[in-house]
Amino acid sequence: MKNKLLARTARLGGLSSALLLAGCELDVLDPKGPVGEGIKTLITTSVVAMLIVVVPTIILTLWFAWQYRQSNTSAEYLPKWSHSNKIEVVIWGVPSLIILFLAVITYQTCHSLDPYKPLEAESNAKPLHVQVVAQDWKWLFIYPEQGIATVNQLAMPVNTPVDFDITSDSVMNSFFIPRLGSMIYAMAGMQTQLHLLASEPGDYMGESANYSGRGFSDMRFHALAMSNDEFNAWVEKVRASSEQLDSQTYPKLAAPSEANPVEYFAHVEPGMFNTIVAKYNNGMVMDKSTGKMIQVQQSAMSDMNMKE
Amino acid sequence: MLGRLSLSAIPLDVPILVGTFIGVLIVGVAVLGLITYYGKWGYLWKEWFTSVDHKRLAVMYIVLALVALARGFADAIMMRTQLALAYAGNPGYLPPHHYDQIFSAHGTIMIFFLAMAFMTGLFNFIVPLQIGARDVAYPFLNNLSFWMTAVAFMLVNISLFIGEFSQCGWLAYPPLSEMQFSPGVGVDYYIWAIQISGVGTLLTGVNFFVTIVKMRAPGMTWLKMPVFTWTAFCSSILIMATFPVLTVAVALLGLDRYFGMHFFTNDGGGNQMLYLNLIWAWGHPEVYILVLPAFGVFSEVVPAFSGKPLFGYKTMVYATCSIMVLSFLVWVHHFFTMGAGPDVNAFFGIATMIISIPTGVKLFNWLFTMYKGRIQYHACMYWAVGFMVVFTIGGMTGVMMAIPGSDFVLHNSLFLIAHFHNVIIGGVYFGYVCGMNFWAPKVLGFKMNEAWGIRAFWFWLVGFFFAFMPLYVLGFEGMTRRINHYDNPAWHPWMLIAEVGAVLILFGVVCQLMQIFVSIRDCNKPENRDFTGDPWNGRTLEWSTSSPPPVYNYAIVPHVSSLDAFTHDKENGIDTRQAGAQYEAIHMPKNTASGISAGAFALIFGFAAVWYIWWLAAIGLVGVIATVIARSANKDIDYYIPAEEVARIENEHTRKLMAQAAE
Repeated sequence: MKNKLLARTARLGGLSSALLLAGCELDVLDPKGPVGEGIKTLITTSVVAMLIVVVPTIILTLWFAWQYRQSNTSAEYLPKWSHSNKIEVVIWGVPSLIILFLAVITYQTCHSLDPYKPLEAESNAKPLHVQVVAQDWKWLFIYPEQGIATVNQLAMPVNTPVDFDITSDSVMNSFFIPRLGSMIYAMAGMQTQLHLLASEPGDYMGESANYSGRGFSDMRFHALAMSNDEFNAWVEKVRASSEQLDSQTYPKLAAPSEANPVEYFAHVEPGMFNTIVAKYNNGMVMDKSTGKMIQVQQSAMSDMNMKE
Repeated sequence: MLGRLSLSAIPLDVPILVGTFIGVLIVGVAVLGLITYYGKWGYLWKEWFTSVDHKRLAVMYIVLALVALARGFADAIMMRTQLALAYAGNPGYLPPHHYDQIFSAHGTIMIFFLAMAFMTGLFNFIVPLQIGARDVAYPFLNNLSFWMTAVAFMLVNISLFIGEFSQCGWLAYPPLSEMQFSPGVGVDYYIWAIQISGVGTLLTGVNFFVTIVKMRAPGMTWLKMPVFTWTAFCSSILIMATFPVLTVAVALLGLDRYFGMHFFTNDGGGNQMLYLNLIWAWGHPEVYILVLPAFGVFSEVVPAFSGKPLFGYKTMVYATCSIMVLSFLVWVHHFFTMGAGPDVNAFFGIATMIISIPTGVKLFNWLFTMYKGRIQYHACMYWAVGFMVVFTIGGMTGVMMAIPGSDFVLHNSLFLIAHFHNVIIGGVYFGYVCGMNFWAPKVLGFKMNEAWGIRAFWFWLVGFFFAFMPLYVLGFEGMTRRINHYDNPAWHPWMLIAEVGAVLILFGVVCQLMQIFVSIRDCNKPENRDFTGDPWNGRTLEWSTSSPPPVYNYAIVPHVSSLDAFTHDKENGIDTRQAGAQYEAIHMPKNTASGISAGAFALIFGFAAVWYIWWLAAIGLVGVIATVIARSANKDIDYYIPAEEVARIENEHTRKLMAQAAE
């Protein structure tokens, strides 16, 4: 009696979750850029391919479990039967074929969705370059071409590829904007790369996807996608700020803080990003274009008040 | 004198902890008081704590696992409750300092002290019986392994009331776990708990590997070995191959923390990714260490209750072995997002999904074992069928995450949490509980209560869906793991559903405890007693001896001539026991206090090392070494059970069997 009731409740629960699901927005399945679109297609294709095996397996399980129950004496009973080459061929063959298919699309998408691969914009827009530094517990965004920097707010023009260089000035974090697609780790002394593009204007949630300590839960930022004109206006707004980011003001910013508000820096010292990477690397940093290690200016280093 | 330890290490300012401490104290004093009142200390010491009998150790391991379940589940429901509350400006009831310890402790306890202890318990329960052996290869090491695991779990629990536990997650990724970012004692508690229990686990792996290789009954060739033993064998190989890697990784982290070295630090040439590679070179095989024995349980339970042999025994063995090998080749899928090249990611992604082929084959084998069978629905069969449904879903989401492109948005999200609970609860936990219900009558001599067992199953199953299906959705909504508050209104309803699921699982846990209580209370009822030794019409050797088996398991070591040896004997009218044969004196290992002594010194060492109380650490370390030397020098470690005594025990069992048959 009780078991039936539970089973019924479970069914009801399943139904209501399906209804809720229909009414809610799934960020990574409703992407706002080509990277996310590619991943969405990949996820749906792979799930459909797997359902070819998964659905029959579950149905067969429940069916056999019911059909061959002890009380059903009309069902055939073969107490000795334990082998069939035909069945063996099918149970090895069908999953192998599906995995073969998945392996092919895995190989292809590893290349097509490689986060290090620059994106091509339809409009031939020049890519925007942003350097990302994960700090305790906030995100610093440096715009080297604009000479500005922001904290916990990332702006980008729509339909413009954004090239991110990512590092950490503390523990490991992961840079992630669910609506736009891939994430990548931020690690001290190392530079990772990510290429994203927003095809619709909007205010998208950005977050750290790798636990980094006490202030981790509030380590969020707004990723604002806007038109070119709005972006230019935004740059001007940042430039109007009275704050500067240089080797004197940096240590104050880098000190641990939780739920840090958005901050604007009108001017950022050139080479800041490299200096942050290099301080964990005996002053060396890898030059992205040549792949060679280069020395970062010593004076900038000593001024940065190196943390351990 | 006391290193870093001072009164301020006791968290008197945290009401939850003080309450818990008082509760633990009251229960603890009550239990100890009752033992003293009934004068059971001698009994416990002689019959249990110092026992080298694998069946006794099995029971102790499973008791330890259930205590760990209580602790780990308390952590789980606290987390779910926090996330159901901590929404839109409400900070919830747990500050980050506390919440971060809870999720770290939850993972550590559930894997190392619930799952590993439960698994080792089942190995001990069944492997020697199933291969016709009288004990494991190294009975003393078996006892030592248990105490190492038990004291490591104690160390984790001491951290609740003295100091703090790690706040770096269950794998303590550096650089967060380095001195610079985690200067407290939490990570040190973690390190020493892992290292001490690691000794126990490694010895268990060696022990069962040797037992299975060397001590199988005559005639039991590799391909006549029961599937559970096969899975225990593969699992033991994985333990021997990978636990040293864990030990080294955590030891290097310890060197960083204790001696200021730079293996994984940000500066000084350290590299955090080295740790990630090492820890996952252990961590991924670890999930197969856990799940293979669960597969083994289902491979015994499904045939027994379907009244048929296992479909495709050889396929099952090949599948198990290929999973074992492949599990070494996939560790990078835990960090596709580190920025490796597309070819590296493709290799590890494809290697991962290849594992799903033998795993899928196993599912089909169980499926076709049920096909044209006569399925009896005892509690264990509920867990088995529930597993097949739940695990299939978990397998699918696992392959989703194995595709690097998809993992780039699912990694570290609640989707990941849902996936691995899907396979660890639906696979490992369902499997172990199934095995406990199946083999309890063998080890204890009485059946476990069916009604409470089935209730527990339904609450766990339905609770599982409520607790973890919303987490899949939340993963798609971009919610990451390990956050302790949020303000996204879309997430809140799902967290409430997950909380309902956690409460349902709580009922499941309560039903399991009730099942154990009722089973013990009713253990003398005739319908629960197992006089025959074969309550389920079992197929393998362990059902041929009495329940509970005599200390020596088999008076005459059985001869095996086919797979499903006991079924073969029953069908051909062969008496596997060879009752009435000429009995001989049996050589058995003596009980020893060395295991508990080494364990106690290891606990002292671990605690002292956490708090930098170096003189005490020295005492602990010297104590462990001295115990081992003393034990090694001891020649008085065995005895003989006289032939007359064996004959008396065996004849009595034969009489019971005849009486049963006459009824």
